[in-house]
Amino acid sequence: MGDREGRISPGAEGVHGHSRAQGHDLSCRPDARAKSVHPFDPGALISARGLGMSRNGRDLLNDVDLDIFEREIVTLIGPNGAGKTTLVRVLLGLEKPDSGEVRRCKDLRVGYVPQRFDIDSVIPMTVARFLMLGGHEPPERVTAILSEVDASYTRDQQIAELSGGELQRIVLACALLRTPNLLVLDEPVQGVDYTGEAELYNLIGRLRDTHGFGVLLVSHDLHIVMAKSDRVICLNRHVCCSGMPETVAQHPAYVRLFDAEAARAFAVYRHHHDHSHDIAGHAHPVGEGDAEDTSAQGGSRV
Amino acid sequence: MVRALIAGLGLAIIAAPLGCFVVWQRMAYFGETVAQAGLIGVALGLALQMNLTLGVMLIAIVIACLLLWFSRQKAVPLDSILGLLHHAALASGVIAISMIGGPPVDLIGFLFGDVFAITREDLVWIFAGGCIVLAVVAWLWQPLLRLAVHEELAAAEGVDRERVRTVFIILLAVAIAVAMKIVGILLVMAFLVVPAVAARPLAGTPERMVVLTASIAAGSVLAGLWLSATVDSPGGPSIVIVMSAVAGLSLTLAALKRRH
Repeated sequence: MGDREGRISPGAEGVHGHSRAQGHDLSCRPDARAKSVHPFDPGALISARGLGMSRNGRDLLNDVDLDIFEREIVTLIGPNGAGKTTLVRVLLGLEKPDSGEVRRCKDLRVGYVPQRFDIDSVIPMTVARFLMLGGHEPPERVTAILSEVDASYTRDQQIAELSGGELQRIVLACALLRTPNLLVLDEPVQGVDYTGEAELYNLIGRLRDTHGFGVLLVSHDLHIVMAKSDRVICLNRHVCCSGMPETVAQHPAYVRLFDAEAARAFAVYRHHHDHSHDIAGHAHPVGEGDAEDTSAQGGSRV
Repeated sequence: MVRALIAGLGLAIIAAPLGCFVVWQRMAYFGETVAQAGLIGVALGLALQMNLTLGVMLIAIVIACLLLWFSRQKAVPLDSILGLLHHAALASGVIAISMIGGPPVDLIGFLFGDVFAITREDLVWIFAGGCIVLAVVAWLWQPLLRLAVHEELAAAEGVDRERVRTVFIILLAVAIAVAMKIVGILLVMAFLVVPAVAARPLAGTPERMVVLTASIAAGSVLAGLWLSATVDSPGGPSIVIVMSAVAGLSLTLAALKRRH
């Protein structure tokens, strides 16, 4: 784990993969970009280096390095406008970055659960038909996948009549049908209640354990992540920090506040930044003493 | 009359799958703009002394590709561009036609169709164009459907959305050019869209919706032409009125059913 951390991110040492020769504050300024020194990882499902993208003069991504391996769950967090969805789209090949490169392993199959999947109610289609659209899936496989995501009862319903949560399960089933080795979920628990969130996290964990694929989960929550996350990456146009979460199951105060059962699904991620961001997203270095404080504040200062 | 019937029925079948996709992808305004540009194609055809249907087809394809290109840029919303071009195209076409010397052109015929003036040659165009359109739609059925259901998901799963989209709009342009003879430029999109709208509440699968759309369109052609022959109303608009009545009935029944 520690090996991977050092490779992808600056976080543990508070530097963005740049050379630290010039002193601690040089690397925090967006204009002091140095080439990433780390080579692509051939063992990774997806390996990205130096991703950069800007639109209308605003930086969306700034020198982002990332690796995702099989069997690991990576949670990507960051404030609104941090570039999380942009990064996902670049990794998936839906958008081209202005700089940097993404290398994908040879037989990469991605199952993608997008953030907004307003499947048009104008098309008449049952859930079963929707799932069989992609390839040449036998009906038995569709039934099996539906039961894996706890949505068997929706099989013959029209997709136009599904609730938001049901639709999400169906899109997840669709992603699973491709037997992916990488599952990408973009903010799957946005707008979901507490127990729904725990259930979904448990489901994703179960699926990962059963199928062994890698998972990239984008979350809008800056502090609470899926307990089974192997790694958390904090993104605000560039990688601010990364590390492992702490489970809350051991914290009696948390368990007392919330349901013990559900608490097992969550973990807390503690940020460790050597810089802060203003509203516009520009990074500013802070002194060593301030580093701990930034994680306690909400909003754009991550 | 027989030729008008054959032309109308043939067109009803060709328009059905395309009309369904236009409704599913909410592209009616897009198609409308392409249709309005048809008049420019007529002017071109008259000026160059070429086959008019061919002239319309070429211009329609060019405009459709242009609009597709516009839809990909983010600077101006597509709706604004369509709003602008839709009317500009029609105005340009009318002006272009009026500028062309020679025998006076039957503008009303182009705008509203002249179904009873269908010639053998027109039937050949309809049949040939129709076969090509239907064959390509059948070939691209799965990718088209996947793009219509969720474009990004389909693209992430390997559907070549640019190529498929381009082929689709070319087919649409061809169908619009061919349909213009029967219902005219102003009503051609109605011929595609209204039967699909009528069929939607009655269908549970996309294939069933296409079949229902074709049936409703064909029935409307029969009823419309009968109406036209009986009360001496223009052919194309009569067909569209019948289609609209069926659609209105279908939507009303669906709304009432939902109340329960």
